[in-house]
Parts: sequence; C-alpha cells; structure tokens
Amino acid sequence: MSDQSHEAYWRTNLKYLAILLSIWFLSSYVLGIVLVEPLNAIRIRGFKLGFWFAQQGSIYIFVILIFVYVHLMNKLDRKYDVDEK
Amino acid sequence: MDVQTWTYLIVGITFTLYIGIAIWSRAGSTSEFYVAGGHVSPLANGMATAADWMSAASFISMAGLISFMGYDGAVYLMGWTGGYVLLALLIAPYLKKFGKFTVPDFVGDRYYSNTARTVAVFCAIFVSFTYVSGQMRGVGVVFSRFLEVNVNTGVIIGMIIVFFYAVLGGMKGITYTQVAQYCVLIFAFMVPAIFISILMTGNVIPQFGFGGTTVDGVYLLDKLDGLHEELGFAAYTSPKKSLIDIYFITAALMVGTAGLPHVIVRFFTVPKVKDARISAGYALIFIAILYTTAPAVAAFARTNLINTVSNQQYSSMPEWFGKWEETGLISFSDKNDNGMINYVGDPDKNELIIDRDIMVLANPEIAQLPNWVIALVAAGGLAAALSTAAGLLLVISTSIAHDLIKKQINPDITEKGELKAARIAAGVAVIVAGIFGIYPPGFVAQVVAFAFGLAASSFFPIIIMGIFSKRINKEGAIAGMIVGLLFTSFYIIYFKFLFPGQNVTENWWFGISPEGIGTLGMIFNFIVSGVVSHFTPEPPKEVQEMVESIRYPI
Repeated sequence: MSDQSHEAYWRTNLKYLAILLSIWFLSSYVLGIVLVEPLNAIRIRGFKLGFWFAQQGSIYIFVILIFVYVHLMNKLDRKYDVDEK
Repeated sequence: MDVQTWTYLIVGITFTLYIGIAIWSRAGSTSEFYVAGGHVSPLANGMATAADWMSAASFISMAGLISFMGYDGAVYLMGWTGGYVLLALLIAPYLKKFGKFTVPDFVGDRYYSNTARTVAVFCAIFVSFTYVSGQMRGVGVVFSRFLEVNVNTGVIIGMIIVFFYAVLGGMKGITYTQVAQYCVLIFAFMVPAIFISILMTGNVIPQFGFGGTTVDGVYLLDKLDGLHEELGFAAYTSPKKSLIDIYFITAALMVGTAGLPHVIVRFFTVPKVKDARISAGYALIFIAILYTTAPAVAAFARTNLINTVSNQQYSSMPEWFGKWEETGLISFSDKNDNGMINYVGDPDKNELIIDRDIMVLANPEIAQLPNWVIALVAAGGLAAALSTAAGLLLVISTSIAHDLIKKQINPDITEKGELKAARIAAGVAVIVAGIFGIYPPGFVAQVVAFAFGLAASSFFPIIIMGIFSKRINKEGAIAGMIVGLLFTSFYIIYFKFLFPGQNVTENWWFGISPEGIGTLGMIFNFIVSGVVSHFTPEPPKEVQEMVESIRYPI
C-alpha cells in the first residue's frame, strides 16, 4: 500500500474518533453532569432526564459508540485493503 | 435446606469448576502464560475482561455506595464504563497490533528506554498490589459473613484457589476461569435484582422498574425524593458534590480504567486487531448489564430500607436487623429514649448508622428471598473477587519475569527459565496479596484513589501519545510521567495520609478532591511531554516507523 493511501486511511480514522468521542463527551459530561439540573425538569415516566443520562443513558450510549466504531473501521479496513483475512 | 448448606454446596460447585478449568488449560509456553497464546475468541475475551474488571467492590459495595450517594453515584457508573470507549477507540487495537506481552513492553520499546520501562514496571506493580489486597480481603469477608469461618481462614482458602489456577494456567487458565466466573457473578447479581424489582414495582426488568411505579401508583424515584425531603436528606436525584469535582472524578476514573494494565493486557490475548476492537464492545455490554442494574438496586434498597426502619418501633424490627447489628454493620442508639428508630439527615438527631456493604449482601434477606438466592450472592461475591485478583496477580508476575528479568537483568534466560520465573513470581505475589488480605493496611480504602490517580496520570497519557504522535520522544515521556506521578502522589498523600483533617473543599485546588486529581495530573503529563519533546531531538527513525506500523491492522 502506498504512503498516500496510508495517510488517507489514518485521517479517516481520526475523523471517526473525533465524531464518536464528541458524542461520548456530550452524553456523559454535558448531558449527565453540566446540564443535569435543567434536564431534570424534563421527565420520561419516572425518570428525570438528567438523572437518567447520568445513571443509565450514558452507559447505553457508550456501548452503541463502540459497536458503531467497530462497524466503521471494518468497512474502512476493507476499503483500504488493510483488513486481516 | 438452610442458607449454610446451600452456600457450601454452591460455593463448592463453583470452586470445583474453576479448578477443573485450570487443569484443562495449563500453560506450556511463555506466550500461553502471558497472553493465552493470543488465541482467545473475542466473545470469550469480552466475558473474561468483564470478570477481570468487576471486582469485589463492584459486586458488593457499588450498589450500596450509590444508594447512599444518590445522583452523585453516577461518577462510578459513568467513570467505570466510559473508560471502555477510550480503550476500544484509542488503545486496544493499536497495542494489539504492537503485539508484545505487556504494557511496560510498549512503553519501553516506543520510548526506546529502559528508564521508561522501569518507571512503567514500578507503576504496574504498585497499582496491581494496591488493588489486589482489597480483593483478598473481600474473599475473606464473604467467607466469614456466609460460611461463619474466620476472615483469615477465608483469605487462605481464596489464596489456595487463586494459586492453583494462576500459577498453573497463567493467562490461559485465568481467561477461561474468568469466563466461568463472569457467568456466576452476573447470574448471582441479576437474580436478586429481578426478584426485588418485581416485588417493589411489578416489573421484571430492573432498569424499567427503576423508572416505574410502586404499589401505591407513585413513581419510585419521586417517592424516594419525597422520603428524603421528609427526613432531611438531600434529594436523591440531584447533585450534592460540586460540578467541577464530579467532572474531575468521573474523568479520573474513565482514563484510569483505560490505563489499568490488567485490563489493557486482556486485549493482547485475541488473534487480530479487529477482534481487539469488538471484544472491547462485548466487554462493555457484559459490564453494562451489571452497571445499569446496580443503580436500580440502589434505589429499590434505599426505599425498602427507609420504609422498613424509619419511625418504627426498635423492638418490632425483622430478624435480619438484629443479625446485621451483631456484625456491627448496623448500629442503633436511641438518643431520645422513645424506642423508635429516628433515621434522619440531621446527624445530631439521627439514631441509625448503616454500612453501605449491607445493601447488596442483605438485600435478599430484607426482601425475604429463598435461601438458595442468598447462597448465590456469596458465590457471586467470591467469583468477582477471585477473577479480579487473578488478573492482577498475572500483571505482577509478568512484570517481574518478563519486563525486569528477561528484558533487563538476564536477557539470555531460556524460555523454560522465564516460564519458571513467571510461575515463582505469581506464587510469591499470591502470598504477598494474602498477607495484605490478612493484615490489611489501614489505608486500603484510600489507596484505591491512588491506583486510579496513578494509572490516569502515568499510563494513559504516555500510551495515547505513543500511538497518536511520532514526535513525543524519550525525554518528553519520562519527564511527563514523572511530573504526572509526583504531582498526583503528593496531592493524594498530602490530603489522605499527612493531613486528613484538611481534606475539605475549601483547601482543595480549584475544588478538586484527591479522588479526581489524577485528571489534572494527566493534563500536566500531556503538557510537560509535549514541551520537553519540542526542545529535544525527535525519536529515531525505526521508532517512528514502528508507530506508523501499529496504526494499520496489516
């Protein structure tokens, strides 16, 4: 594989990381911590929303993020032909 | 059958299973001993990682801790799960491609320096011993609580079991025992949780029951907030700690998790880079099952407890109350001599003190569940403690046999000699851990903050920089690690050991508690490494090529 395609692969990877880690940050530090009091005014069944993000929602989002990353990277590996056969 | 017989039966069966697996999966080479030959399937590795990670504290103490902290308990829930996102995205696949045995291996090779390797070995051993002493103590406590043997006898039985499969099987033995231990511990955690959820809210799934209504039609969490308000406790669903402290503690636990060597090394055991990615995902699913249930159990237990004890006659308390009073985990002093239990937020008027560990251990009794469920909780607690202990002992043994002896003291050692050294090191580590368990240093609770602080301020930044930058060199990494370590250690030692009386918000830097200071140590590490590297020569060409090569699966 050429250096250029290596570089393109790595840049795409970094872009994925930036997007996914922003969501990671948003779901825990912003929704679960900084905005907890205002979000607690919104309710879903028995849950106040800020409390739910802090003790439940953020964890579900973390799981989803990893599987999205796995999917994106497997596709990227195939595209640049660096996947392990 | 009574609880005692059930406990002997279930604990006996699980222990036989662990020993059987150990005999079946003996390690024959150093590669098998260190990384199970690199042949573990991603799903099995996910389970093993979950058991490795969830310790006696996660199983026994966490739900109780949350039930007393309310919203603030989220620092543990987010902190101890969010780190897996960092592991899967930023660390595991690259270190798998690097393809050696240990974390100090990576640090030593990437920073072409035995000094860096030695600092890493020191941190790995310190962090692991800190952690393992708590696990052995946990084994002893579970034994004494449920089987009515002496705590020390319990620790010794635990030592023998761990000795057997860690020394014999190495990583290979540990991996497959951890898979079995995960199944035992998650079953043991979920069964009582589901029972209690049905009992309190009529919902089979605790995560839904958590947001559901109790028998009188009021939402559980509203009821809990109401009870708290009535009794003068802070509201359950609102923050009590300062925002900045919650922020820093959560971050320190997340990056600390991603930097713990016994967790990272699990991703060296799968065959491929893509397996390392997906197995971090599996691990987090398995962990999330317990971590999303724990806060529900916390809320159920808290409501149940307040309803049972608050403003009730002391003489009419159920049987479990007296039983746990005997162990000293519940204490009642009738300050106003009216025979009623006054459980309130005001410390001058409060008459009841409850240890947080009771919440999980006594929950089945409080909810009057069948005896076999109580026995199952004991087996689950033991599985959680033993699996974590084994993973940590392996890191200690590998650090000594591989990173110190093979890489530094005697590079000519044969494979057979190295394997023998690893087994001896594992054996000695088990004994030292057991001694810590029997004579727990008074500071065990404090050192947990230390373990995470050190992992956050040393390992995490240098691993991340080692992968994502080619410019960070030996000088920068060593300077950064030392600054991060010293700063974090001094801060924790100052407030936790030297002047615990001053450990209050007013004295903390920017209001950050010692538990969260690792985050600031990490930031210092990043800055110092960057600046020092900028003014010193760039790393040799072959190191830069190595960094390039770990970024691609092939």
